Amino acid sequence: MKLKIVYILLALMPILSSAQETFRGMVMVKENGRMGGLEGATVYWKGTEIGTTTDGKGWFTLDYKSEYEELVISFLGYRTDTITIDSNTELHHLLTEGNELEEVIIKTRRKTTAVSYLATSNLSNISSEELLNAACCNLSESFETNPSIDVNFSDAVTGTKQIQMLGLNSPYILIAQENIPSVRGASQAYGLTFTPGTWVESIQITKGAGSVVNGYESIAGQINAELVKPYSDDTLFVNLYGSDNGRLEFNTHFNQKISDKWSAGLYIHGNDRSKKIDNNKDNFLDVPLAKQINIMNRWQYQDLQKGWISFLSFRYLSDEKLAGEVDFNPSVDKFTSNSWGSEINTNRLDATAKVGYVFPKIPYQSFGFQVAYSSHNQDSYYGLQTYEIKHKSVYSNLLFNSIIGDTRNKFKTGFTFTYDNYNEYVNAIYSSRDENSFGGFFEYSYDDLESFSLIAGIRVDQHNKLGFFITPRLHMRYAPWEKGVLRASIGRGKRSANIFAENQQLFASNRVINIVQDGGKIYGLDPETAWNYGMSFLQGFNLFDKKGDIVFDFYRTNFTNKVIVDWENSQEISFYNLEGDSYANSFQTEVSYAPFDKLEVKFSYKYYDIQTDYKNGKNQNPLVPKHRFFANASYITKHNSERFWRFNATYNLVGKQRFPSTLNSPLMYQRPQFSNSINLLNIQVTKVFSRNFEMYVGGENITNTMQDNPIVSANDPFGSYFDSTLIYAPINGANYYMGLRYKI
Amino acid sequence: MKKTGLIMGLFFFTIAMSAQEKNAKVQIEVDGICGMCKQRIEKAALTTKGVKYASWSVETHQLSLIIDERKTTLKTIQENVAAVGHDTKEVESSVEAYNNLHPCCKYKDEVIIKEHKDE
Repeated sequence: MKLKIVYILLALMPILSSAQETFRGMVMVKENGRMGGLEGATVYWKGTEIGTTTDGKGWFTLDYKSEYEELVISFLGYRTDTITIDSNTELHHLLTEGNELEEVIIKTRRKTTAVSYLATSNLSNISSEELLNAACCNLSESFETNPSIDVNFSDAVTGTKQIQMLGLNSPYILIAQENIPSVRGASQAYGLTFTPGTWVESIQITKGAGSVVNGYESIAGQINAELVKPYSDDTLFVNLYGSDNGRLEFNTHFNQKISDKWSAGLYIHGNDRSKKIDNNKDNFLDVPLAKQINIMNRWQYQDLQKGWISFLSFRYLSDEKLAGEVDFNPSVDKFTSNSWGSEINTNRLDATAKVGYVFPKIPYQSFGFQVAYSSHNQDSYYGLQTYEIKHKSVYSNLLFNSIIGDTRNKFKTGFTFTYDNYNEYVNAIYSSRDENSFGGFFEYSYDDLESFSLIAGIRVDQHNKLGFFITPRLHMRYAPWEKGVLRASIGRGKRSANIFAENQQLFASNRVINIVQDGGKIYGLDPETAWNYGMSFLQGFNLFDKKGDIVFDFYRTNFTNKVIVDWENSQEISFYNLEGDSYANSFQTEVSYAPFDKLEVKFSYKYYDIQTDYKNGKNQNPLVPKHRFFANASYITKHNSERFWRFNATYNLVGKQRFPSTLNSPLMYQRPQFSNSINLLNIQVTKVFSRNFEMYVGGENITNTMQDNPIVSANDPFGSYFDSTLIYAPINGANYYMGLRYKI
Repeated sequence: MKKTGLIMGLFFFTIAMSAQEKNAKVQIEVDGICGMCKQRIEKAALTTKGVKYASWSVETHQLSLIIDERKTTLKTIQENVAAVGHDTKEVESSVEAYNNLHPCCKYKDEVIIKEHKDE
């Protein structure tokens, strides 16, 4: 960088740079095919306060120093151009019509993770940089450095991680990708593992009711993952990962600008684990053998002059898992009692199209249309039990944004159409159902530009199984004093429970399935509805001249109906409509602080009180800890150099968890009332060699915390007490990994 | 429901609307120095009837506006901005309004200017 050297020299020798020069130029636009000077355009040297506006003929004059490298020219309704200036010669520059779309796209790469001061809802953003700190490799593992999301284990056979928010499982969270609900229906159990981590550009987490724009299903909160985009992603990206438990992953991204308006990207992910591990010597694989191929192709069109932006995306996934006893050989032992094993094979196809339009001269007015189709097929067996689900889904949303009077009063309105077709075989018993809904929404937001803002949304939907219903949601923000923000929200959510898809771990046990049908329309059960309300207070502070902030959150979810999943009889799993109360209270406090330059620490304490009226009485929900403590520290050796180190450590203390009752089992198969509390520690070190290349090593669960005897009756997997679902801790111990990232 | 009518109107006639002069773009120079000034200037502009959109740049001191020319004039907007303490090209703020500014926003003060330059 020649100019950088010049800059440094000049900084060292201020005398040289004191000579005054002026820089002259003309800003022009094309109007009715003729070029002409543009009056009133803003011109300034980037990074300085030296700027001016053009005169009646489009001319401007500015002080000039050779250390000024870039000139920014802007005028409302035109594209903002940044021009590199090498020497002081007269400039003639033509501005092209456009709008602020481009800015919006680029701004998605924010540097730090933070709870927002300005958003009306309780929103936190996980940036692409933060995502690098997660050990590995897919969306389900992207939340490990964020205290708002808890990661749990579903069962000892598949090793699937489940996420929770406000103490509620993922079915109660609306998980979207680029605002299209994606992890739902058949993909509820494994869907998060179907998005490779490198495809994720950033994640937005909203606690509480959330917006009505993306549907009525969210209850505890919303998670939206923005994926990489062909226009802004690296031309070439390669990531390799290998761990000592035999997991190998590879990711490549290819992005190409095809014309000034079209860009295309091809993203390929593959992972493989073929090493058999049984460290706890229970004769069951600690982690399943797995293979995944995942391909995405995206096309991006943008015409900034005219205000159009569009995405077309196609995805194909093939995922295979093999779990069970160490010597299980599917070609010989499948459906026999020689050996217990399980295979879970999934194929999924996704196609989405999105179109957005911003009115070129009215930056606050836009519309968007999106349509998504997915076809999800899972074919699986667990020992002698079979489970097969085919789910076809269509989601479509039309959205219009504008203002009422001025930009203090904004609104979004539009329509949503959804269609879901389910075909399921549960142990060869077939069921199918169609769900469809059509609804309209209106969301009004007000911002007084100082201390108060609110978002009030309402939607009405007509659904063939859930009926006609109204979903109201309200978020408010008030800043009573400097750096203090008080938020409150209330809202309702409604959904149909896919009891098998959401609780698939039940098949990795020999519990008898018992559905207490009540004449409802979904498996004979009623839809789930809940109100969620909460408050949050954020206060920024300065301690020893360093910035930090502290957050207090309280949320309560109150179910008016819920499909209770009752594990309290060790021989059975029952599903029935709630009679009585079911609620989740969650309290969280979080402190983040930067005690030194480049060192950031975060502490969080969470308290959950989650209770349900089960058939045999009111009880805490099983396997949800009451107390959790979280700490994270990250350190970067240098910010302004191309070569630096990045360190990250995350500690979790997970309090004791209640086991579902096992009193009707023989003594040898019983579990205590509560589990132990556990400590988990993850560490990662990254060495960045250049802008193009970095390597990382890390350890997960380096305290080697493991659950003893995770599987009940592991020595008799075909007996009636076999159960792998009573899991509170990792199945496999410490795991070390290394990887590299290369990009151009 | 007047507002509902208006919204429906916006919905169906937006394309026609965008060409009309009730969405006129203008830029004026407003003196100020920091993010707090930005908030104050934009609020003063936006609360002027007929102003639909306002964005002030800390770096260039330019206030970009979209206004309904039938309902307001540049002069009115400049008066309202000056009333909260910020000088514009045509209207100077009163000494009283300027003195009411938050200490860090005293854009005419040499010391404050210097402090902000160091940021």
